Amino acid sequence: MKKQSEKIYTLIALIILVLLVYLAQHRLDAYKLRILNIGAIYVTLGVSLNLIYGFTGQFSLGHAGFMAIGAYVTALLVLPPYYKEIIFILEPLAWPFTVLQAPFIVALFLSGLLAALAAFLIGLPVLRLKGDYLGIATLGFAEIIRIIANNLPHITNGALGIKGIPEYTNLWWTVGVAAVTIYIIKGLIHSSYGRALMAIRENEVAAEVIGINLTYHKVMSFTISAFFAGVAGGLFACLLTTIDPKAFMFVMTFNILAVVVLGGLGSITGTVIAAFLFNFFLEYLRPIEAGFSFGPIKFPPIPGLRMVSFSILLLALILYKQRGLMGGIEFSWRGLFQFINRLLAKKKPTEGSAS
Amino acid sequence: MEILNVDNVTINFGGLTAVKDFQLKLLPRELVGLIGPNGAGKTTVFNMITGIYSPTLNKIYFQNIDITGMKPDRIAKLGIARTFQNVRLMENLTVLDNVMIGFHLHLQSNLASAIFKFPGYVQEEENIYQKSIELLRKVDLERCKLEKAGSLPYGQQRKLEIVRALATGPKLLLLDEPAAGMNPQETKELMGFIQKVRDDFDLTILLIEHDMKVVMGICERIIVLNYGVTIAEGNPEDIRRNPEVIKAYLGVEAQYA
Repeated sequence: MKKQSEKIYTLIALIILVLLVYLAQHRLDAYKLRILNIGAIYVTLGVSLNLIYGFTGQFSLGHAGFMAIGAYVTALLVLPPYYKEIIFILEPLAWPFTVLQAPFIVALFLSGLLAALAAFLIGLPVLRLKGDYLGIATLGFAEIIRIIANNLPHITNGALGIKGIPEYTNLWWTVGVAAVTIYIIKGLIHSSYGRALMAIRENEVAAEVIGINLTYHKVMSFTISAFFAGVAGGLFACLLTTIDPKAFMFVMTFNILAVVVLGGLGSITGTVIAAFLFNFFLEYLRPIEAGFSFGPIKFPPIPGLRMVSFSILLLALILYKQRGLMGGIEFSWRGLFQFINRLLAKKKPTEGSAS
Repeated sequence: MEILNVDNVTINFGGLTAVKDFQLKLLPRELVGLIGPNGAGKTTVFNMITGIYSPTLNKIYFQNIDITGMKPDRIAKLGIARTFQNVRLMENLTVLDNVMIGFHLHLQSNLASAIFKFPGYVQEEENIYQKSIELLRKVDLERCKLEKAGSLPYGQQRKLEIVRALATGPKLLLLDEPAAGMNPQETKELMGFIQKVRDDFDLTILLIEHDMKVVMGICERIIVLNYGVTIAEGNPEDIRRNPEVIKAYLGVEAQYA
């Protein structure tokens, strides 16, 4: 009975989400849509990083690398062959990419698969490392991917990057992919396998001694995480329409990491909220940079002030909310109703005293 | 026929020989104590049996299978479970989750059916839940099943760790100082509990313990280790009287205990 009603609430929420996406797609201007799209892509990226870092406890800094793989695969697959011939001016594009072409959805799926394959191969040796060492190793991997992209002109067009990618990505795609990501990763977390992942995070030795195969579970988590990072990379390519190796510098990984930490390690709800807040703040702090006056004091335009104030905001948030925005708590209908009840209950005593 | 056969193993850490020529044969349903002063190598023996360390010399057999150098998770699957001297729980997970994790190694459903909650998986999960609740009831922890494991009092954490080990369905259970940090009342309960567990689950139990009341009270056979060497072996009465054990570990007063 209770589960039934929760399912109905979820269904209603999904319908509202579809309506909101429809409205946003048709009513909002390109600038606002762009922010929402990037926000939704960050949800996919953040939730997938949360799986390996927040839930499995493996400090991975390789997300930009997996994104890059996804972005290049999608770009090479969705561009028509004749167009690829025109843009590859440094070196002619290598076969089979010259003839391959696939619909967007197939390209996205293949992007994910290739990123997952890369994660599987790199994960087997690297996931033996722990903590900071693993972070450095995965960071190194992401940089290797970027440098390879820079130096393989007959596949990636080198530093020139790939331009004129069709703009297939819209809010339906980004929100849809984010929803699927959340559904699958939530399904994984709330299963026996998810418990095993969290057991590894909590105490590796104990987990191993009660029969959890560390290598299998870590590599599984890493591979699934990379799959969604790859898909997000593909969405990214078809949103920006231009990709080059510089887009996948380690700053990208740190943005995702900031989203995950801000939202709270091990909280999918927190990651979703943080992904949008992060991008909204990043954009709406732009006026600060343009110079403004505060009463009689005039601030000259200082380039970079946006990032400074953004960093201060982040610092303040982390200082006061050490466990992230959601403090590791997940959204649930029951929790929501309890919260509303508490808000109403707070108001009631004042009414009571008046009567 | 013995269930565990530790065949004269030796382990060196660099130049230090932590355990030398250690021999141990356990028969099914035996309850054996391993005692000795601090640093004698008791926990090292546990670590070798469970695959955390690999012996430098010779082999360990479990049910006639050579488990030397096997990974801990494979050894756990074969049926050896253990607890730790310093409790190792998944502190941020609930008490219930800590027990349910113990059943993971026998999970039949694959990853996809677990993610998408296919009927087969849902049924399996329900079974695991029921069995976990049953286990928790045995140690009187059912009412705090949704509390974080780290927030339990120390004595209950120890019990929870034993229950988690039982959830893996072991044939051999290794308990590393189960009574440490427990008050006399809890220790008394624990002794009853260990014996009951042995009978209910048809287990072989090897335990390390410093509390002589526990060791002498429930163990059928005792092995004394000092500086990595076995100095005595026998039933509690023999051990209590053994002059070497008294010199190395029990002290003179123990004769009158």
